[in-house]
Amino acid sequence: MLDNIEILVQAPVITLDLVLNGLLLGAIFALAAYGMALVWGVMNIINIAQGEFVILGGYVAVVMAAYGIHPLIAVPVAALLLYAIGWALYRTVIFRIVDRDLFTSILATFGISIVLQQLMNTIFGGNVRIADAGLGTVFLMNGMVSLAQVKLLAFALAAVLGSTLVVFLKRSRLGQAIRATAQHPRAARVLGIDTDRVYAATYGLNAAICGACGALVAMAYTVHPYIGLPYTIRSFMIVVVAGLGNLAGVIAAGLGLGAAENVAGFVFGTQYQLAFVFLLLVVVLVWRNRRLARKRGYLK
Amino acid sequence: MLHYRTFMIAAVAAASLPFAAANAQSDGSIITLGAAVSLTGKYTTNGEHTKRGYDLAVKKINEAGGVTVGDETYKIEIKYYDDESTPARGAELAERLIQQDGIKFMLGPYSSGMTKAIAPVTEEHGVPMVEANGASRSLFTNNWKYLFATLSTSEQYLTGAITLVAKNADDLGKEPEEIKVAMAFENDPFSQDVREGVLDDMKEYGMEAVIDDQLPRELNDMTATLTKVKALKPDLLIVSGHSKGAATAIRQINELKVNFPVLAMTHCDSADIIGKFGDGAEHTLCATQWAPTMSYSDELFGSAQDFAKLFEETYGYAPPYQAAESAAAVQVYADAFERAGELDSKKVRDALAATDMMTFYGPIKFDQAGKNIAKPMALYQVLDGEYKVVWPSGVADTEAVVPRPST
Amino acid sequence: MSKSRRPLLGHLAILAIGIAAPLVFPAWQSQMAELWLFIVFALTWDLVGGQMGYNSFGNVVFLGVGMYACVVTQVGLFYQVSAYNDARGGGATIFTFDPRQYFEGLAIGLPVGAVLAALTAAFLGSLVLGMRGHYFAICTLGLGVAAGELANGWEWIGAGSGMVPPNPPGAIGDLSRFYYYLAFALAIVTFLGLRWLYTTRFRFAINAIRDNEDKAEAMGLRTTQIKTTAWVIAAFFLGIAGGILGNLKRFIDPIDTAFAGATFGVWMVLMAVLGGKGTLWGPVIGAILFQVFKEASWTYLLGWQRVALGLLIVLIVVFFPQGIMGFLRERFPAWFGHRVEGVKDMDAVEETKAR
Repeated sequence: MLDNIEILVQAPVITLDLVLNGLLLGAIFALAAYGMALVWGVMNIINIAQGEFVILGGYVAVVMAAYGIHPLIAVPVAALLLYAIGWALYRTVIFRIVDRDLFTSILATFGISIVLQQLMNTIFGGNVRIADAGLGTVFLMNGMVSLAQVKLLAFALAAVLGSTLVVFLKRSRLGQAIRATAQHPRAARVLGIDTDRVYAATYGLNAAICGACGALVAMAYTVHPYIGLPYTIRSFMIVVVAGLGNLAGVIAAGLGLGAAENVAGFVFGTQYQLAFVFLLLVVVLVWRNRRLARKRGYLK
Repeated sequence: MLHYRTFMIAAVAAASLPFAAANAQSDGSIITLGAAVSLTGKYTTNGEHTKRGYDLAVKKINEAGGVTVGDETYKIEIKYYDDESTPARGAELAERLIQQDGIKFMLGPYSSGMTKAIAPVTEEHGVPMVEANGASRSLFTNNWKYLFATLSTSEQYLTGAITLVAKNADDLGKEPEEIKVAMAFENDPFSQDVREGVLDDMKEYGMEAVIDDQLPRELNDMTATLTKVKALKPDLLIVSGHSKGAATAIRQINELKVNFPVLAMTHCDSADIIGKFGDGAEHTLCATQWAPTMSYSDELFGSAQDFAKLFEETYGYAPPYQAAESAAAVQVYADAFERAGELDSKKVRDALAATDMMTFYGPIKFDQAGKNIAKPMALYQVLDGEYKVVWPSGVADTEAVVPRPST
Repeated sequence: MSKSRRPLLGHLAILAIGIAAPLVFPAWQSQMAELWLFIVFALTWDLVGGQMGYNSFGNVVFLGVGMYACVVTQVGLFYQVSAYNDARGGGATIFTFDPRQYFEGLAIGLPVGAVLAALTAAFLGSLVLGMRGHYFAICTLGLGVAAGELANGWEWIGAGSGMVPPNPPGAIGDLSRFYYYLAFALAIVTFLGLRWLYTTRFRFAINAIRDNEDKAEAMGLRTTQIKTTAWVIAAFFLGIAGGILGNLKRFIDPIDTAFAGATFGVWMVLMAVLGGKGTLWGPVIGAILFQVFKEASWTYLLGWQRVALGLLIVLIVVFFPQGIMGFLRERFPAWFGHRVEGVKDMDAVEETKAR
């Protein structure tokens, strides 16, 4: 561990490489987390099937690439398809658990996630798949920092998607309805907003974001029916750290987590990378609870 | 009343089902082998290769008339369960096969972890198990009598790579003991066993491990490790993490343009790195139990090449070695049944222990502990978009290119 | 007279069935052993999740701690643990345990596992039990995964290579039967222990916390202390269950066997919900039904069993959240109101009164 820190001290450029590559990965997590925050904030549902949506989106890109269509085109296609799937899932299952507690939603979406995993395994087979976008690599600092173009592209697309979403939520009619429902569902209903439709759209939108994100994952990383979990847990982690209703915070936390994780993986060894993420989660929660408790103390 | 009676009959029938199942195997002229393989979960890819290997061998044997035991001919069947890639199911499914389905002969699961969970059960019940995918050395240090493996154990997996690098140390401009090795192994029983073997081999040449990372099981990114590789400039990078480890490594090494002289890994063919990455996979050294170009042959499948062709015709892709070693496991059983002359677990076990046969997959002969000592581990190299055997020299197609030409 | 005898007879019948089962159906004993452990899982989960209203996804931590602690003790009493775990790579030494060593190891290992699990619960409880409602659920979810990852990196206990429990000496005979009876005894003790616990004031205290924690606190209940105690009790029994499970499964994988949040961790919640949260018999019934469903789907729906399991989870949680006991109580309140004889029914009566 100490040797690893020594390397970083001696060659700070490596830290830069780690941080930049971490940021690029973080952008993907941030995107998925963004969708999770949306669903969590608006519908009070923790969507454990998030990672499976991502992987499904990835398979759209894989299948299209197999037919010779450039996987970039798969990004919007995956988003559309996943929107439909998300919408259908809402209409069959999710609408029944909207008013229930978080615990119910965790269990129910966990059930959905294993069904999706299994179906993907049956349909696409258990192989590790990729979609090749045929892009190169950018080198900086004498080749000490290398950034895959595909990841840069994913980063850019994530940024574009993210900002489009912010604008969409701020400006569009549906976006305003979504925000209104998030603030106060009953009041929104009184004001004539069809909250059921809003929920369906929100859940679909989340799936669409994941779908687009997944297409990027297939281009930059690998997909596999059972590899959804890292995306679920990271988005979950990011949302918890950033808090709800704070979309800028989600993005920042996503990028930060990507970078922190990469550096931690380098320093502590990759075997502790995931443990690091989770302990961070627990620490953040405990710390937040302490702060809350102190506040409660003042009130007493 | 009638309803009541129907119900009773149904109930009795249902209650007797397990017993019926237990008896099913002795009647007719069918020998049922039992296997728990990973049809779902993270080992699905290789679980499928395993199952297809078994199935193909069974099909071939049955087409050729089955197995003659004593005066009777038997067809072979396999009863499968899905272990979901979790060892927690392994022991239970083994007991279920043995006790509820009355299976007297077991085939192995995929991966060392699963085999570790199942082997104590088969041993306890005195049921022979011929396995083809549990490579861990520790499986064969327990004095077990009923476990047999057609494959070479894990410590031999990458011996070839270390040997080749040591032999070509000159070309790297170094003495063998100056060679720096970077290791990235998945944190699972199989890969960790391979790592132990590699460490032993390295010790022999006095090589130094500059990186020793353990990759998470839900591996999707290994930039942290590769950045370290970039910083420390090792001569040899070894990666082992089943199919997804192989795919992720090749992808990111190319993307990040990490340059180092030699790359060695496991599971190249089951991850299909050539098909996925083309040039990107060039010069990779891959551990393999078997290759279609090897000159082994038997009467059932013909040559290794014939097996490969048949497999590809049947399943639409070239057989990874996992399929070949699995098919061989069934052949071992067929051979042992015939030599045993009866279907008694103990007799068959003794016949298995005395196995000394040639198959398309290579020679098979078990040592005291039950591992196959007749067949050497081999090493592929990806050369011009094809897997070429480069080690050991006896079966090599061509000379290895070590170090790889720098790009 | 007959009033007090009937449940006693019922209990004796269960006892007799439990004892006779592996002799009558020897082929099924390891599934039945697992079933008794599942009953312990569901009962202990329900103590915190159902009775106290703290939905934990992290109870699997105690299972794993108990499992590792027990097996490490079993080995550590006679050999060096690190040497034992290093030997996975193939050493010259063969580690054997004679019957005395084996039983001694187990007799010390199981309690050590229980105590360590309980201590872990006390420590973690002081950290996370202050959280309310869903933040607790989320945090325990994180704890479960983190524990698995840590065990997966810890070389001394075998890291990712897992750990093999001591090979039993031949004298022990049928290993599954041996562990069946251990699991059976544990289930009975856990059940009786919790049944007793639910007759004390403690039960009212944790129910009060479930129903309204602020008011409970205002009434002068030391909520944090009570909550931690409940978790410690659950962890104690789960720790023993872990030790038994590890030996029964014969190979401990840190993520897939010990800290298996996605299987055992979720299943224990599911079984309690299926049977009926906050009841004594609910988790028992839920565990039995779940085990039967699981085993049947593994046999008859090969390759599709996970789809079946996923659908089952969705169906239970979405359409049947009150569970079987809850359903019965709604549907046939008379069943719970009239028969006031047995302690078993007393629970239900108190339950209905409390509502």
